This record gives sequence, structure tokens and C-alpha cells, in this order.
Amino acid sequence: MSITVCAILRIRNLYAVVMLGSIFSVMAAAIFVILDAVDVAFTEAAVGAGISTVLALGTIALTTDREKKPSHTKILPLIMVCLTGVALIYGTLDLAHYGDPNAPVQTHVGPDYLRDAPVKTGIPNVVTSILASYRGYDTLGEVVVIFTAGIGVILLLGNWRHIGRRREDKDV
Amino acid sequence: MAAVGLYNYWIVVFLMMAGFYIVIAHDNLVKKIVGLNVFQASVFVMYITFGKIQGGTAPIIAEGITTYSNPLPHVLILTAIVVGVATTALGLALVVRINEAYGTIEEDEIHVQDEES
Repeated sequence: MSITVCAILRIRNLYAVVMLGSIFSVMAAAIFVILDAVDVAFTEAAVGAGISTVLALGTIALTTDREKKPSHTKILPLIMVCLTGVALIYGTLDLAHYGDPNAPVQTHVGPDYLRDAPVKTGIPNVVTSILASYRGYDTLGEVVVIFTAGIGVILLLGNWRHIGRRREDKDV
Repeated sequence: MAAVGLYNYWIVVFLMMAGFYIVIAHDNLVKKIVGLNVFQASVFVMYITFGKIQGGTAPIIAEGITTYSNPLPHVLILTAIVVGVATTALGLALVVRINEAYGTIEEDEIHVQDEES
């Protein structure tokens, strides 16, 4: 995990930012495997390290690949970030410890799913059965979100703007 | 004991604040979006940490295994990752559009152009 932190520190300097962001995603995926979340690791590696990087590289190709040197000092953001960080650290003191089997998270719905899901859905992978069966509507909503984002991207970047302008020219 | 048990959360807080700092302190819009992604990923790590049980394995039911990690945070984060990439795509599309309109992706230059016009 500390390697990931190092990657983040380096991200601030160079303009290899996007590639470092991709490396960061792969490291996050490795951490998810260590924390037993194999499905999440797959998705993070494919989507976070793959698609996001391709999108960001496309944006760079269409715009510019150099970041201007900062013109003003950044004391205020730094102070703000430190204050927020201290407040959050204070908040973590009340959280359940890592891997604690008696934490509130582990004692309510989680065990029910683990007991019932394989019997009711017939799928041994509990994550899949919750995603597709119990929470199917959420997944449908997720598809709607992606669809909306796709429409947004097409509206922002599509060719129809030029077509509309040409039509106006003809009318005039 | 507390330091070991809460180590993951502290890493998460550090990553989160690093992402936050990139978002508020940098003027380059692409860099801001990368910072936003770092912030998101730190929240994902926090949720997955909640689901981990000491000595547990991945929540795929198999014979001879009794302890599984909590599958519910995993499901939530699967959804969140995909929504996150949709947000990123839209943000980057906006950046491209801003570059078409202003010819720059630096926030302060955009402000200057806005004041001139």
C-alpha cells in the first residue's frame, strides 16, 4: 500500500500523470485481491486501469500534453487539506479494526447473504448472486447511468453541432 | 494494537487527501480529473477494508471453507467503479469541449478569457 502512496506523490510532479494513474489503478486492484474482493479487482483492473486510461489519453491527444507551471502559491489548499485529513483521522479512531469478525458490518445482512444466496440462486459466487439477483434493479440503474453518460459525451463531442450550424447558414 | 488495526484507514485518508489536494490546487483540468479518480479509488479501498474478515477468503462458496469476507461492500463498489468511469468519461468530454471553445485547459487562463470578453 505504501508503494501506491509513492505513486501518488510522483503523480503531482510529472505529466506522466495519466500513466501513473493507470499504475495506481492496477495497485488498487492488487490490494482488492489481498482484501478478498476478487470481482472488484477484475473490474478495477479492466475499467480503472484500462478504459479510464484510454479515455484520458484520448483527451490529451485532442487537447495538449503539457501542464503549465503553477503561477500562484498553494498555501491555502494545503492548510485546508491538512485540516480535513486530521478531522478524518480523528474519525477513524472510532472505526472497527481491520479484519474484526465482530464489527457491526459483519454481523447483520452479510452472513444472511452468505447463508441464503447459494441456496436461493444456485450461484456459488455470492457477489454475482447479490449483484444480478438481489440487487438487479441497482444494476439496471447503473446501466441507465452509463447510457446517460454516453448520451452526454455524444452531445458534447458529436458532429451534430456543425450540421446544425450549416443548416442555420443556409437559412440565412 | 490500534495503530495496526487502523493502518488501512490512515492510508485511505492520506490517498483521499492527496486526491483532494490535486483537485483543488491544480489548474490543469485533466490533472483534476485524475485527482478525482484517486479520491474515488481511496473510497473504494475503504469500503473493501470494511468487508475483510481476518482469515476469511473471497466470497465464493466452496467446500471446506467456513469464513468468507462480507460480499455486500464488494457489490456496492462494483457498481461505484462503473459509475465512476461514466463520470470520468463525461468529465473528459467536457474538457475536450472546453479546449475547443477556449483553446486551453488551464483554469486560470479560462478565467482571464472570461473576464476579457
